[in-house]
Order: sequence, then C-alpha cells, then structure tokens
Amino acid sequence: MRLVLEKRTERSNTIALISPLIAIGLTIVTMSILFAILGKNPILAFGAYFIDPLTDAYSLQEIAVKATPLVMIAIGLSFCYLANVWNIGAEGQFLIGAVAGSWLAVKTQGADAGYWVLPAMLLLGAAAGALYALIPALCRVRFGASEILTSLMLVYVADLFLDYLVRGPWRDPKGFNFPTTAEFDPVATVPVLIEGGRLHLGFIIMLVVVAAASVLLGRTIKGFEIRVVGAAPRAARFGGFNARQLVILTFAASGALAGLAGIIEVAGPIGHLQPGISPGYGFTAIIVAFLGRLNPIGILVAGFFLALTFIGGEQAQIAMKIPLDVTKVFQGILLFYVLASDSLITYRFRLIVPPRKVSRGTA
Amino acid sequence: MELLEAIILSVLAASTPLLIAATGELVTERSGVLNLGVEGMMIVGAACGFGGALYTGSITIGAICGIFAGTLLALIFAVMTLGLAVNQVATGLALTILGIGLSGLIGAGFVGERITPAPHLRIPGLTDLPLMGRIVFGEDAFVYASLVLIVGIWWFLYKTRAGLILRACGDNHLSAHALGYPVLRIRLFAVMFGGACAGLAGAYLPLAYTPFFIPGMTAGRGWIALALVVFSSWRPGRLVVGAYLFGAVTILQLHAQGAGIGVPSQFMSALPYLATVIVLVLLSRARSGGSTAPAALGTVFVPDR
Repeated sequence: MRLVLEKRTERSNTIALISPLIAIGLTIVTMSILFAILGKNPILAFGAYFIDPLTDAYSLQEIAVKATPLVMIAIGLSFCYLANVWNIGAEGQFLIGAVAGSWLAVKTQGADAGYWVLPAMLLLGAAAGALYALIPALCRVRFGASEILTSLMLVYVADLFLDYLVRGPWRDPKGFNFPTTAEFDPVATVPVLIEGGRLHLGFIIMLVVVAAASVLLGRTIKGFEIRVVGAAPRAARFGGFNARQLVILTFAASGALAGLAGIIEVAGPIGHLQPGISPGYGFTAIIVAFLGRLNPIGILVAGFFLALTFIGGEQAQIAMKIPLDVTKVFQGILLFYVLASDSLITYRFRLIVPPRKVSRGTA
Repeated sequence: MELLEAIILSVLAASTPLLIAATGELVTERSGVLNLGVEGMMIVGAACGFGGALYTGSITIGAICGIFAGTLLALIFAVMTLGLAVNQVATGLALTILGIGLSGLIGAGFVGERITPAPHLRIPGLTDLPLMGRIVFGEDAFVYASLVLIVGIWWFLYKTRAGLILRACGDNHLSAHALGYPVLRIRLFAVMFGGACAGLAGAYLPLAYTPFFIPGMTAGRGWIALALVVFSSWRPGRLVVGAYLFGAVTILQLHAQGAGIGVPSQFMSALPYLATVIVLVLLSRARSGGSTAPAALGTVFVPDR
C-alpha cells in the first residue's frame, strides 16, 4: 500500500480558493508547537502576534505603513513569476532606489528647492531600481546567465554601496559619526495623510499600483502575454510572443516598483538614508507574492497579513520576550505550506492498494 | 615567503566551505534537482554545528550536528519538490528564508561564546618543511575531508554504475524511469547528500574558520556555491579550480583592504559578488552553443504508472 501523487484532470477551483487558508492554518499549528518548545504559551503568543496589533490605532497604521513596500515590491515580483522569470534581487533594487532618490535629497539639502524635489526623487528611485534590475535581465537575455544568481549577488553589492555612501561622502557632518545622512528637508519628505499620524502618501501610491496591476494583468494584451509565456511557453512561441522582451519588461517593472518602494520608505517613515533601511522587505515580498497567488488583490491582502507578522513579532518580543527571528521562521514555514497546498490544486493523492494474489479461480 | 604561505593557507581555508557546499549541490543537480536553499542549509548547519561543539566540547560532534541539520532541511525540501511536485525554485527560496530565521533562533544564545577551533594537522618534520610544509601537512581535518569528498564524488559519478544511473536521472528522468530506476528515490538521496554537505560547509565556518558564531555569518557563501556549480559546468574537476579561485578573490580583497590601497573597503568587499556575476556572464556567453547543464535540471517529475 502506498501513497502516490497524480495529476488531476482539471484544476480544482475549490482547493484554489481555500489553499491559502489551509496554509495559514497549518502554519499556526506548526508555530504553536514551536512556541511550546520555546516555553511560551501558544495562545498568549498568538494573541501578541495577531490580535494585539489589531486593537490599537497606532499599530493599525504601522501595519499599513509596513504593508506599503511589501505590496509594491510583491506586485512587481508577481509579473516576473507569472512570466516564469526569477527576480529574487528585489531587496537590492529597493536599496538602489532608496540611494538614487536620496541623492537628490542630499544635494538639495537646505537649498529650499521647492516642491518639485519629492516627485523627482520618486522618479529617480523608480528609474534606478529599473536600471539595476535590467543588469540581471540583460545578462540573462544576452548571455544566458541565470538571473536567479545574478540578481541575488547584486543585493550584496547594493547593500555595500549604500553602506559606503552613508559612512563616507553622504554622512551627516552633525550626526555624531553615526552612519546616516542628515534628515531630509520637508520638501524631500513623503507627506503624512493625517496630521500627527504615521500613514503617508506612499500608501495611496501603493493602492494605485495595485489597481493599475489589476487592469494590466486582467484587461490588456501585455498582461495576457505575461501569463501565456509563463504558463505555456510553447504556445506563446507559436503565438509570436517575444519571451526575451518580456524578461526585460517584467524585470524593469519589478525593479521600478521595488526602487519606488525604497525611496518612499526612506523619504517617508524613516526620513533619512541609513544602513538597515529594510528588514528584508525584498525577500518577504516573495512570500507575499506567492501567498497572494500572484494576483494583485490577493497580494494586497497577503501584504497586510505579513506586515502584521512584522508588527506582531515586535510586540511579542517586547511583551513575551519571544526572539525576533521567530517572525522569519514563521514567514518561511508559511511559504512552505502555501507552496505545498497550491500543489494540491493541480495534483491529488491516491492510495494504491496492491491487488491481492488471486486464489483458486475466483476471478 | 612567509606572507605568501599565509595567503595560501587562508585561501585554502576560505575556499573549503565553498568547495564542500558546491560538491553537495553538484550531486543534487546532477540528479536533476535544483536546490536553491544551500544558503539556508549552510546557516542552520553553522548554528547547529557551533551549538554541538559548544555543549560537548567536541569539534567532531559539532560537525555531525551540522551535517544532521543540513540533511534534515534537505529532507523538507525533498518532501516538497519530490513528494508534492512543488516548483523547485520557490521551495529553495523558502528553505533559505526559513533557514536564516531558524539559525537566528538556534544561535541566539551562542552570540559572544567562543570555542577552541578545529586543530590543525601536525606531523613533526613534515609540517616544519619550508614553503609547502604547513600548506600540505598543516591543515585542519575539514580541508582534507573536502578534497577526499570531491575526488570521491568524481569517482562515484564517472566510475560507478550508481553514478551513471544518477546522471541518467538528471539528464532524462523519463528514460531512467522507463528503464525501471526509482527516479524519485535516487533524487531523494542526492538531495539529502547535498543537504549534508551544505550543513558540513556551514559548520566549518564557526568550527574552524572563526571560532565563534554570528547570525548571518555565511554571508552569501551558499549562493556563491550555487554559482560555482554553474561555473564548473557540473564537473567535479572544474569545481575545485572554481572554489579555489573564489577563495583567492575573497582573501586578496581582504589583504588589499588591510594594506589600505585607497579604495573604500565596501568596494573591495563587493568584489566576490561582482566576480560571481561577471564569471556567470562570461561562462554563459562562452557556452552559447549549447548548455552543459543536466537536461532535466529543475523539472518536476511525477511518475505515471
């Protein structure tokens, strides 16, 4: 008797609908075991993680602030993954976008430059992110180099470059030798939506990006091409779709969104450039993209959920001394379960019972 | 000469984890499975290896803990990609994310602790020979093990029937299946071997390279090991050359930083990563005629009956 996997004759829509919930459920079970091993009461721990942040206005805003970069990056990544192109260097594109936009903020510091500064910074961030993402894309298209490895290597390069800038040429002379630029001028800062709050204009930009992505993927030829090239490369070739062009296009789009998210983060909630501006947004966004099933609306929901794990993780650390790394473990386990339960959309298990030896001509 | 000897010694030490991890991944990929989780398996191997050595005082037990941890993570990967036919790229990424979190959790109590690093071989007379003495006869056990490992894998892949079957699975799983070979089981062993090697490579870092554990101490070495497998065209001989070349780049940039050559240290630190990108591009370009990768690499196999 053995268990085997076999392909379903058609995709199961029921499983497609409930699989993210199955994944979250299994993650909660696994994490309860982990909390118990750590000697924490699982119910209290989950309370600190998922309920407490939802009960006060500050945390709710903070979740939306954290969800902003996650969703923006994940939307871009979803274009890549739908087209079966593997950009895993969004973290680097995020950092380079932040650096490029900050360049203008640093150069116009104290010059009372006017209101064109912030829009120009956002454009610079997006453009730099796109250009940085084009390096692995062109390496893949021109030379056939694996975009997975090149895009990841460039994350380390971007990280070191940012480190160099804030410790060297861009360091705030009045900053007590801390590796940071001076606080950006008000004209170089993303404005908050409500006076005294944390929620900023970037949140609105993120919602616009989600809406635009929905239209692009669902209602335009380009969106259709992306999905066909990923799902059925042979059919796409017969259809005359240019797969190389799509590699470049999806990489550029995801790089631009990651770069934009980067400069918004720096010019918004942080307010200056410093090392460690990202707690791994570029990597967590990969989870967001898959948990949201590479669908813009799904990604929006998934982005909020993962933002909740960041905030909940911080609160659980303060309230229950649960190590911050638990959040990463949580995110990793969640991605595993999401991928595993998605597999059951196209496959199913069957129990094979080997036929008994036929005895004395009963057959 | 003293300096040259010191440089060669440190190049060997820096190359060893790359070589061990890449050897494991080479076997995994030769069976047709692309496991991108090397970095995750390495970092957990580092945390568990250090923990094992810290509590027992034995480097050997530390190394075994590292191997065990890497194998266990590889097993999760195998269940997902072989058992559930999940996309290997996405699963590998998940493994890395999980591994980084787990290592932080496991290693949280180890930060600031120190152990006595793995002893170096000492043969009176031979080790004291000028020039080559310490380089050939004065390494730690990991360095020798890595060389035995890669020669053993070369012999296994090209000189044994089992190696031939493993390569067949990687090049055409349908044919291998049709001939009656248990493709999934062979791949399971290959993936677990890859995990064991990655775990050992990770454990090498806190057990021999630096005698302490810091979170994220693998610093992308797992990804460089993956790039090395591409660099080697999936051949053990070239893998050795590649690993030592990369070790040399790492060490030379460190020495250049130490000598203060007027280039910001961050630019020098970025060199190994930039070198990886450049090498990947040059190699892929030279190979434009045809790929040398195992033909079934990264593809899902669900046997039909």
